[in-house]
Amino acid sequence: MWVYVKQLEVPIEITRPNPALAKVIMTQFGGPDGEFTAAWRYLTQSFAMPTGRGKAILTDIGTEELAHMEMVGTLVQKLIQDASPRDLERAGLGGHYAQHGYNMFLEDANGVPWTSTYFQSFDDPVTCLHEDMAAEQKARTTYEDLLDLSDDGRVSRVLAFLRQREVTHFQRFGETLDYVQERYARRRTVF
Amino acid sequence: MDEMKAKGLSPDELTLRMQQLRFAALETNLYLDTHPDDRQALEDYNRVVRELMALHQEWVRRHGPLMNHGEDPSAYPWQWTRTPFPWPLWGGPDP
Repeated sequence: MWVYVKQLEVPIEITRPNPALAKVIMTQFGGPDGEFTAAWRYLTQSFAMPTGRGKAILTDIGTEELAHMEMVGTLVQKLIQDASPRDLERAGLGGHYAQHGYNMFLEDANGVPWTSTYFQSFDDPVTCLHEDMAAEQKARTTYEDLLDLSDDGRVSRVLAFLRQREVTHFQRFGETLDYVQERYARRRTVF
Repeated sequence: MDEMKAKGLSPDELTLRMQQLRFAALETNLYLDTHPDDRQALEDYNRVVRELMALHQEWVRRHGPLMNHGEDPSAYPWQWTRTPFPWPLWGGPDP
């Protein structure tokens, strides 16, 4: 089971609204390479993942991704809370406001709703861990694109932290892949 | 020692120190998942956990439960709905 800790993983202090920045950051909430996709990819794959190490890393990183979803949601909320509906519309969030008001929705930066086809789940740990490593790189690149678009240092600090976590996760998944390839791979040779 | 240090922290310092320690614990936890035989990392993990537990107790003593579902006790009236969530409260705090 899970329990909730009423604290963010890192502090988020936003002082001025920026709905245009909120719109692009939305993809890390409910987009293809966002935190929701990451969390449920790992937590779903963990059921048939062999070895305690594999199950532990998927559960632990999946849990951290849920905390990142909370951070991305908090970022978006703080960037839109003092903006008027017209401000949202001017920033390209008119459709979002019409359908969801100021609340969050699992969608990407263009409003495309989330789908479980964003990730796969097999009982082959080598296949899953390769997907997981690629997923971390896709998320890292997305955060770098968001950093290019951010003109708010307080937002960039949070995005840079989240980018760095993708690098760490990639490393841990790589180590898990090495371990699994040596001991448990269904096919010994995977190029 | 950790308990004494916790009592001397301001509310903001206490929260920030807990975030730092929880992150250190999380990061060391992930490392230990793939390096379970690393004694130094395990010592680091346990040291961080001890300090975090002391600060956690102090936070709960001051503000009420930080975690739900039986992890922390509450004073009367039920405090979980009153301690702030980390994101904006659209309706303002409960009376």
